[in-house]
Amino acid sequence: MPEPLLDVRAIDAFYGDFQALFGVSLTVNVGEVAAVIGANGAGKSTLLKTIAGMMTPRHGNILFNGEAIGGAAAFDVLKLGIALVPEGRRLFPSLTVEENLLIGGQSRRPGPWTLDRVYQLFPVLAERRRLPAPALSGGQQQMCAIARALMANPRLLLCDEISLGLAPIVVRDIYAQLPAIVAEGLSLIVVEQDIAQALKAAARVYCLQEGRVALQGPARELTRERIAAAYFGV
Amino acid sequence: MQWFNLILQGVLIGGLYAMFAAGLSLIFGVMRLVNIAHGDLIVLAAYVALMVTQTLGIDPLTSLLLVVPIMAILGYALQRGLLNFTLGQDLLPPLLVTFGLSIIIQNGLLEWFTADSRKLQAGAIEIQAFQALPDVWVGVLPLIQFAVAVTVIAGLQALFYYTPLGRAFRATSDDQAVAQLMGLDTRHVFAMAMALSLAVVAIAGVFLAVRANFDPSIGPARLIFGFEAVIIGGLGNMWGTLIGGIVLGVSQAIGAQIDPGWQVLAGHIVFLIILGLRPQGLFPKVSG
Repeated sequence: MPEPLLDVRAIDAFYGDFQALFGVSLTVNVGEVAAVIGANGAGKSTLLKTIAGMMTPRHGNILFNGEAIGGAAAFDVLKLGIALVPEGRRLFPSLTVEENLLIGGQSRRPGPWTLDRVYQLFPVLAERRRLPAPALSGGQQQMCAIARALMANPRLLLCDEISLGLAPIVVRDIYAQLPAIVAEGLSLIVVEQDIAQALKAAARVYCLQEGRVALQGPARELTRERIAAAYFGV
Repeated sequence: MQWFNLILQGVLIGGLYAMFAAGLSLIFGVMRLVNIAHGDLIVLAAYVALMVTQTLGIDPLTSLLLVVPIMAILGYALQRGLLNFTLGQDLLPPLLVTFGLSIIIQNGLLEWFTADSRKLQAGAIEIQAFQALPDVWVGVLPLIQFAVAVTVIAGLQALFYYTPLGRAFRATSDDQAVAQLMGLDTRHVFAMAMALSLAVVAIAGVFLAVRANFDPSIGPARLIFGFEAVIIGGLGNMWGTLIGGIVLGVSQAIGAQIDPGWQVLAGHIVFLIILGLRPQGLFPKVSG
């Protein structure tokens, strides 16, 4: 049994008095892709935000590489090697494409990802490096957001709904690049509403329902019926 | 020719107003903090320069080598130790805290230095002038002051758009939460912005103190000039701030020519007219 890279142990997370996560546990091994699926409001984004240090879990632990990181600030979590591609991309609008990437790389973590490498991965970004980020199409903005997170040379990349609002063909293009990213030794958590996409990309799937893990297991062992039951709670 | 001279003097003093304004504009742009104590910090810088020049026996312009870093460090500490705790969704806490800071600085200076008027002595350079055109005389010191102002504005502009620190400022201004996700410690970024702001304040304070008398009570009026220059020029645009300062300086010069009592009033009137006709300023960059 390999030591997991990320070990989330029974965390509870709150927005004020509203509890969004109830004892959620999840593990990701080195080089593994895990998918988190679930309906709107199931707590998927909250889970990623909590791992990335944007929220503090009220109970439970988050171990990254054996080190407790629950409650650490986002900029410290990034320096340890966890980068988040936030929901809705959230590029810096007053920065150019290249400046967005350079902000991602300013933590100076050593690793394979450089400007040249991310431009190889997404050549269209190289063509448009001098444009302001809002001038990109939705799919290009998503590529830029992924590339920006890669620039930090994370060991674990968290992708929140990277297919949201994009044409299916663009989603396919972006997902086609994930194996190249994982090949560099990264681990990945993708949060998706598009279940088929998630099952194809991931080795392990967690289904959240109303803040609890309703179902988990290797992607190939989960049937449509079991996922439907866990997804909708019927 | 008299009018040309007048406008020229107005332009040159406008550089000083632009320096009052630049630091104000910088921190509002980066962290949406309206620093009510800004004018008093300018006066504080003048007193720091007074102490440095008297203690070391150096001239005011040389004292900048010490006053600028002293004020920058003070700015960093002020932000980390106090102002960072006031920032959040609500604009009111930083407003109230800097208002309190303004009162503390004024009264602290009054206790320490008394209400006497002071002035920094720059020596012969203060009265040197040269004839630029027939009938047009330009003072050396105002010219230096204007050149420094242009250099400061150009430097800030370059720093904002061509350095990693400037990139961090703009990213943090766009989206604080994501800036933190990208590894930027916003508490540090804000403190660097305040340090830079007070470095500019130090330069403005020294020129203010060489040009005219100062005492602990004159800060708020400098704050108003700074605000007016920022608003006239348009928020978030450094070159616009320089133009704003010049518009204010020229208005005051013309007002003073009409009636000596009208100097400050004319500046305020022009400001109000521009605010009425073009609330976003002459050269707006950011909205909201």
